[in-house]
Amino acid sequence: MIPAAFDYQVADSADAAIAALTEHGDDAKLLAGGHSLIPLMRFRLATPGVLVDISRISDLSYINDGGDHLAIGAMTTHRALETSKLLATEAPLLHHVASQVGDPQVRHRGTLGGSLAHGDPASDLPAALLAHGGSVVAKGPSGEREIAATDFFTGFLETAIDGDEVITEIRIPKAAGVGWGYQKFNRRAQDWAIVGAAVMLGDEPKVALVNMGSSPMRHAGVEAGLAGGGGSDAASVAGDDTDPPEDLNADAEYRKHLARVLVGRGIAEASA
Amino acid sequence: MTAVGTPMKRREDPQLLVGEGKYVDDIQVVGQLWMGMVRSTMAHARITSIDTSAAEGADGVHSVLTGSQLQEMGLWIAPLPCAWPVTEDMVNPPHYPTAIDEVHHVGEIVAVVLADSRYGAVDAAEQVIVDYEPLDAVASIGLARDGSATAHSEHETNKAFHWPLVPDPDALDAAFANAAQTVKANFVQQRLIPAAMEPRGVLAVPSPMGGDVTLYSATQVPHILKVMIAATTGIAESKIRVVAPAVGGGFGAKLNVNPDEILAVTLANKLGRAVRWTESRTEAAFSTHQGRGQLQTIELAADADGKLQGVRVHVDADMGAYMMLITPGVPLLGSFLYTGVYDVPAFGFTCDGYFTNLTPTDAYRGAGRPEASYAIERAMDILAAQVGIGPDEVRRRNYLGGGDYFENLEVPSTLVFDSGHYGPNLDRALELANYEGLKTEQVRRREAGDSKQLGIGMVTYVEICGLAPSRALGGLNYGAGGWEHATVRLLPTGKAEVVSGSTPHGQGHETTWSQIAADKLGIQPEDITVLHSDTAISPLGLDTYGSRSLAVGGVAIAAACDKVVEKAKQIAAHQMEASADDLEFAEGVFSVSGSPDQAMPIQAIAFGAFTAHDLPDGMEPNLQEQVTFDPPNFVFPFGTHVCTVEIDEDTGEVELLSYVAVDDCGNQINPMIVEGQLHGGIVQGVAQALWEEACYDEDGNLANPSMMDYLVPSAAEVPSMVTDYTVTPSTSNSLGVKGAGEAGTISSAAAVMNAVVDALSPYGVVDMDMPATPQRVWRTIHEAKNGGAS
Repeated sequence: MIPAAFDYQVADSADAAIAALTEHGDDAKLLAGGHSLIPLMRFRLATPGVLVDISRISDLSYINDGGDHLAIGAMTTHRALETSKLLATEAPLLHHVASQVGDPQVRHRGTLGGSLAHGDPASDLPAALLAHGGSVVAKGPSGEREIAATDFFTGFLETAIDGDEVITEIRIPKAAGVGWGYQKFNRRAQDWAIVGAAVMLGDEPKVALVNMGSSPMRHAGVEAGLAGGGGSDAASVAGDDTDPPEDLNADAEYRKHLARVLVGRGIAEASA
Repeated sequence: MTAVGTPMKRREDPQLLVGEGKYVDDIQVVGQLWMGMVRSTMAHARITSIDTSAAEGADGVHSVLTGSQLQEMGLWIAPLPCAWPVTEDMVNPPHYPTAIDEVHHVGEIVAVVLADSRYGAVDAAEQVIVDYEPLDAVASIGLARDGSATAHSEHETNKAFHWPLVPDPDALDAAFANAAQTVKANFVQQRLIPAAMEPRGVLAVPSPMGGDVTLYSATQVPHILKVMIAATTGIAESKIRVVAPAVGGGFGAKLNVNPDEILAVTLANKLGRAVRWTESRTEAAFSTHQGRGQLQTIELAADADGKLQGVRVHVDADMGAYMMLITPGVPLLGSFLYTGVYDVPAFGFTCDGYFTNLTPTDAYRGAGRPEASYAIERAMDILAAQVGIGPDEVRRRNYLGGGDYFENLEVPSTLVFDSGHYGPNLDRALELANYEGLKTEQVRRREAGDSKQLGIGMVTYVEICGLAPSRALGGLNYGAGGWEHATVRLLPTGKAEVVSGSTPHGQGHETTWSQIAADKLGIQPEDITVLHSDTAISPLGLDTYGSRSLAVGGVAIAAACDKVVEKAKQIAAHQMEASADDLEFAEGVFSVSGSPDQAMPIQAIAFGAFTAHDLPDGMEPNLQEQVTFDPPNFVFPFGTHVCTVEIDEDTGEVELLSYVAVDDCGNQINPMIVEGQLHGGIVQGVAQALWEEACYDEDGNLANPSMMDYLVPSAAEVPSMVTDYTVTPSTSNSLGVKGAGEAGTISSAAAVMNAVVDALSPYGVVDMDMPATPQRVWRTIHEAKNGGAS
């Protein structure tokens, strides 16, 4: 439970972080809230040579009204998300999901950008991003680019972010009045979801699953059922086309069953 | 003025709550060396080579010592002790602080790095390369019993001992031969990881001259540890001081003599430098002993009305790789309780101990008694269903004494229960739980086919604690006594010091002891200092485990206070020129009967005893008395717990809706501390029922060694408990007190599982293994539905 030796440096701006990443290459990792990276380092599953601490970049912590969307700074904490009135009105799913992450101590340090960059299929916030149909703004040596949520998660703990890029902003289309639901199933309140389901209704219904594959995923089959007016019955295919992990809490058969139950409940919650 | 019976806030808490408690890891010594343990990654293997060269060259490394090098240094004269050889022929393979040529469980130490920082020691330990030749691993108690491989390659069998307690075999056979109803059930007591809030740690500090060594250890048992270090290392007891500073919980896991403790003491002595180590959470999961690990078979014989005629039990107990301090005795502690609170004419218990290639087991909160209580209380529910009566009725029909008050009653397991009064205790629990209302709601949901079904579980437990009469322990081959020591000093200024051999690790002894002494001495609790946990300050003691502190150590303090008051009375009589027989003592003042003007406060007598200007002829100065109390009998607390669960049939989730506990621990000194003990104990048993299990793969690797995977529940998972008490004083001691530290754990796992099985009974479910995980519950329902069950 003691990490291997590493160098540590503080970046006081996104540009400074990009410069550090450019200098150290794959040997460097960004440290935001640290709630995903530090445990991996303590188990020595991650042994970065250089930690670039971006937690002091205060100008990346904001929730702004961007007209048709909300613009959220990458270093915004879960706590800021779950207490934001703007978010409660315009992105109620993300607002709620932020309150379901870990425990209060985790939520005070963990950041939205850090959670998304980790790309953990068992995390809550990636599913919220997917169900909202949001996007991620990344900045690198050659400037900024915006990546759609559906293009962002590329594999197990892998994202579309390049090694010399920093997430600066997350954009969430405004969704006031759209029906939504989030169902998280776990054995202890502070744990990762064994399975989770995020549902957004509206013109283009979106359903995202937690911990049902190697990366955060949307479920096209359920979405098609919903678009076709299937209501809660659309949940019956939620286990199809998934490749859930197996662990002490759940085997694949049980996870697929839970996905059907939770998506069904999520649709019912969103329709209520 | 009475302090006893008052829910005083714990005097220990302010410093703990603001982070000023001094734990072992907080103590820093100049020149200290950190140990980094190289631990076996194999459950069973022969060590073929160890390459320490890279580690030896690492920054800050002092030295790297392999097991065979340490053995050759002659640091110890005996293996780590097992103080409880339960039979004459018990197999006890030598257990040295480090493995020498064969490893027997994952986590066993194979080499030790000494370095000038903790990080440096851990980094260097990672660079030690150990080559192994794998041997077949005995990765479960079931495999140990089968015996196709042996956990120790020099053994021909895994069996360590066979221990029988069958007082009357003919009567037992007859009971089963004539029974109208029989029940036979098998239960699994899964292995549990104790997970105290503070991990274990040690710091051994040699003194510069004279060869003395002080060991600071996160231990429950500094006194026992001191004796055992002397016996293991050959260092004279007079040269060893053991200090347990603030200790953050133990639950039995800090009641041992561990490899790290012996290594720290001997290496510190050898090197003349302080040597220390603090375990990581994952290291603790592999190396600090675990709890439970039993396969139980219980059989009940009853008449047609469900009245018990006989109970027959067999336990196969998983020792793990080695015998630790009391490993083999743990199932024996439970053996006497398999008849529970019931009047059973015939009883028999047998136990076989087996070695496995897993972390050793030993005492864990309740130590053998939760297992026993679980077996009889689960089996009683099965009997009730079979006879067609309610779980409350089957218990009522079988209570000792018919549910009425009794005292000093001999039960078939040969013990004498001090006192009991079970009927009213059950009544109160059922009333508080609204049992009739719950049953009505349960029927409503069943008839409506609700997807959320109710289950109601109850348990009436008894436990054996206040360990213990020394002779009784001797009869069980236990290697120590069960007495406790107290010294009470009334100081010249009228304030008091209480020195206790009972060593707290979170229980609040200082508060409780001050309440007892305050009432006895007639002074304020805040004027009493309680000293403990340091063998230099409190040389005599047998420490804290088995819910013994109050019923043995607390009673010793009361008796020492009585002696102080008696001496003070002699002085008061002398100075007031009255007969001691005419003196009354109340609220700290001696007065002459019938002459209220003639009075002396005890504080004045304390000063007089100090100056010694005017004492009775031949009386020694000062007010200091000591008592070593060896209890004449154990104490037997009891209670009824009623648990209600809601099972979500779609997900298999078990939610605890309510938990009602009506306990009887005799007289209470501090009701708030009693309640705290019960809350924690209950959650620990609930955790076994619903969350916790040390899971091993077929190679003997622990699959869940971190707090992410080993699910210790938090406050969010448990309901607010409803607690109440009946009071049936013990006849075993002058205070009428019993014990409360383990009671919750002894009752709650069975209460929860009785409720879970009750909820699933419409599906024909009669039992389920712990923990009742959502997946296990869902699959049980799913298979029952698809298997054509009603």
